[in-house]
Amino acid sequence: MSLLQVTGLTRRFGGLVAVNRLDFAVESGEILGLIGPNGAGKTTVFSLLTGFLRPDHGHIAFDGAPLVSLSPHKICLRGMVRTFQNLKPFPRLTIRENVTVGALARTADRELAARYVAEALELMGLTNMADRMPNELPIGHLKMLEMGKALATKPRLLLLDEPYAGLTPAEGSHFGDLLLRIRNSGVTICLIEHVMRYVMALCHRIVVLHHGEKIAEGQAAAIASDPAVIKAYLGKAYAGS
Amino acid sequence: MRKPALALLVVIVLAIYPLVVTNHFFLHLSIMALLYALLGMSWNLLGGYTGQISFGHAAFFGTGAYTSTILLLRYGISPWLGMLVGAVLAVLLSLPLGWLTFRLRGPYFALATLAFAEVVRVIVYNWDSLTGGGDGLNILTDLGGIVRFYYIILALTVVGALLMHRCVRSRWGYFLNAIREDEDAAEALGVPATRMKLTVLAISAFFVALAGSFFASYQLYINPDLVYEPQISIQMIVVTIVGGIGTFEGPVVGALVIVPLSEYFRGLSPVANPLIYGLFIVIFMMFLPEGIVSRIRSLLRRRAPAVAEEHKQAGASV
Amino acid sequence: MKLIPWIQAVVNGLLVGSLYSVIAIGLTIIFGVMRVINMAHGELIMLGMYAAYWVFTLFKLGQVAALLVSLPLFLALGAGIYGGMVNRVERRAGEMGTLLVTAGLSYLVANAAQLVWKADYRSLPAALTTRSWFVGGVSFNYSLMWAFLAALMLTAATYVFLIYTDAGRAIRATAQDREAAALMGVQIHRTNMMAFALGTALAGAAGVLLTPVFYVYPYVGRVFLIKAFVVVVLGGMGSVLGASLGGLLFGVVESVASLFISSGYRDAVGLVIFLLVLLFKPSGLFGRSRF
Repeated sequence: MSLLQVTGLTRRFGGLVAVNRLDFAVESGEILGLIGPNGAGKTTVFSLLTGFLRPDHGHIAFDGAPLVSLSPHKICLRGMVRTFQNLKPFPRLTIRENVTVGALARTADRELAARYVAEALELMGLTNMADRMPNELPIGHLKMLEMGKALATKPRLLLLDEPYAGLTPAEGSHFGDLLLRIRNSGVTICLIEHVMRYVMALCHRIVVLHHGEKIAEGQAAAIASDPAVIKAYLGKAYAGS
Repeated sequence: MRKPALALLVVIVLAIYPLVVTNHFFLHLSIMALLYALLGMSWNLLGGYTGQISFGHAAFFGTGAYTSTILLLRYGISPWLGMLVGAVLAVLLSLPLGWLTFRLRGPYFALATLAFAEVVRVIVYNWDSLTGGGDGLNILTDLGGIVRFYYIILALTVVGALLMHRCVRSRWGYFLNAIREDEDAAEALGVPATRMKLTVLAISAFFVALAGSFFASYQLYINPDLVYEPQISIQMIVVTIVGGIGTFEGPVVGALVIVPLSEYFRGLSPVANPLIYGLFIVIFMMFLPEGIVSRIRSLLRRRAPAVAEEHKQAGASV
Repeated sequence: MKLIPWIQAVVNGLLVGSLYSVIAIGLTIIFGVMRVINMAHGELIMLGMYAAYWVFTLFKLGQVAALLVSLPLFLALGAGIYGGMVNRVERRAGEMGTLLVTAGLSYLVANAAQLVWKADYRSLPAALTTRSWFVGGVSFNYSLMWAFLAALMLTAATYVFLIYTDAGRAIRATAQDREAAALMGVQIHRTNMMAFALGTALAGAAGVLLTPVFYVYPYVGRVFLIKAFVVVVLGGMGSVLGASLGGLLFGVVESVASLFISSGYRDAVGLVIFLLVLLFKPSGLFGRSRF
């Protein structure tokens, strides 16, 4: 059984169909890439999965149990957590406090929560700046904070919304290792990206969205040579970057 | 360990105080200061910690005041019991208000509270048979001397402070702050934002209503203008802002600063008093928005008062 | 069934509602552009009412003169409030800060007015305010008709400004997406200031036009602030079109409701509408579109 099974997911905004009869699955232990040009509906998919938006049609099953109509915090506690593309640190809390929020939502046990926090900070390389404020950190570290907050909720599936955006090339090259380490610690990952170069080497499988519809799915090599993908997408963004 | 010891010391001093100071006016000032400390703390739990600005807390204050008074005058029920009934009633009022507005993101709550309080006031004004309308209600029974009232409000304020302190120092404190800073992000991390906001609103309404009942019994006279006026809500906001919004000690410090000033100006002109409140909000928001307590803390820590710019961004995304 | 009272109620509702529209447009523009809920909006209306009252009492001049005198003053006042206060607090304390500081300003101005002008309920002479035309038993209050026409002109002028001028386009762009507008070269600070000045002027103008129909007293602003909130929520927060239609609708509903509801509870009508909208259609009756 897939960890996450999405069937027939559809969402309209007025006359615009943002996501159209989308089917895909995330298997336990993999890193899945959800790619597509800007405006393809990727972030909308994340919002639908995590309860921030209600789908018009479709089913979402996480670990076999239906998720549609649950509120975001319940979905998080089921084990699926998202990050936001436009970073959302809690500005007047320290880095440690930022990460603690999710840990305490997971467990009321203070000591256990402190351990979750320490692990997340360590993994994200934020330990030595844990008592600083978010506005003292450069954007790269804020990205790490965004993921650290999510990891402290002890998710089974981590949904990352454009984690590469805003990273320097040097940071970007380390980032792949970091994702692998997260995966190896037992967290399945699904990430959104519109720059394909990053995801090609990293992702086990890739799902390509265009105008809210799935136009291709498969392994990186197959995707890269898929004529539909090239037509919709690679012709512009890939060649340019 | 230093902080609980300090707090205990303060309470002991406050308990001995009326044995030493017998001047009636000073006792009255202290009662009002304690009352406003309790009101400010209650407002601050919702407005300061959770970021839900209420302009309608007067509705809870008035409901507490009227409930215990009506129960006493009509049915001879002790104000002690009436106080609890009033507080429960205020909680029951707060829940539909919160349920309606907290599901929506953004400033709906602030707007709704103002309108809500006005309507409660209109109802009380017009329901002559129960509330005495604009003439108000007189309590003709003597409910005790000023020292007795001093100890009652001291006890209420200390109990309120202990309970609310427990709230903000538990994991709730993290949740409330997270909701204030960015509600979507908090939800995404598993914080039950709507439930938390409702709970905190109910706690806040509960203590404000207790304070209202106390006020009615202490003053022996209430009317809609005294207990349902937006001024009551504004006063809670002022003590919080002046002391330090979102800090635990803030409302206490604010009450100590504001109440003596306010009682002094009340003697000069009936308008001067509310004028002072308006002026204080504007001046503090413009020049010391973090309040006295936070400013002192950051001076002690020698760290710049944090994050105006970031806060603005967080605010802009609401 | 007697039809006349109904028709009369609808007519009065539309006439007064046009003024609610002007008030609400002012509030909603300020909210739409900078996410600031101007809690002092009611006091601006109050000041407009006193302006009309004093212009008449001192100089025996009517509302047109009062409008001409007060519009530039209110534009300047709005720009001043934004530049001197709102902008500063917004930078330091965000949305919560502006909510609180404008609430403080509201309280300050209302009580300053109480200090200066006393709590008296003032009104223009009855000879001026009760003149009416009668058409088949329905009366059209003379000064309300003028106010209605002026309100229509103000609304139309606001639309023309927003749609056809560069400044108006900047305001609309900023309301839709502040960051994108900034990237496109819109000067956010100046746009905010213009929006605030415009909102303030509309509030003041509405106050001037309301004077023949309502008593003038220092705390009157509160009544209109709540009405303005009801209309803004009714029309969808930030929507100018919504505020225009919502004002008329609310005017009519309030007026018709007063046929059934005792005068003491009249002011509660707005809240009930407010709560119903929150309950069933929180995005407003007219959908989400901005402007």
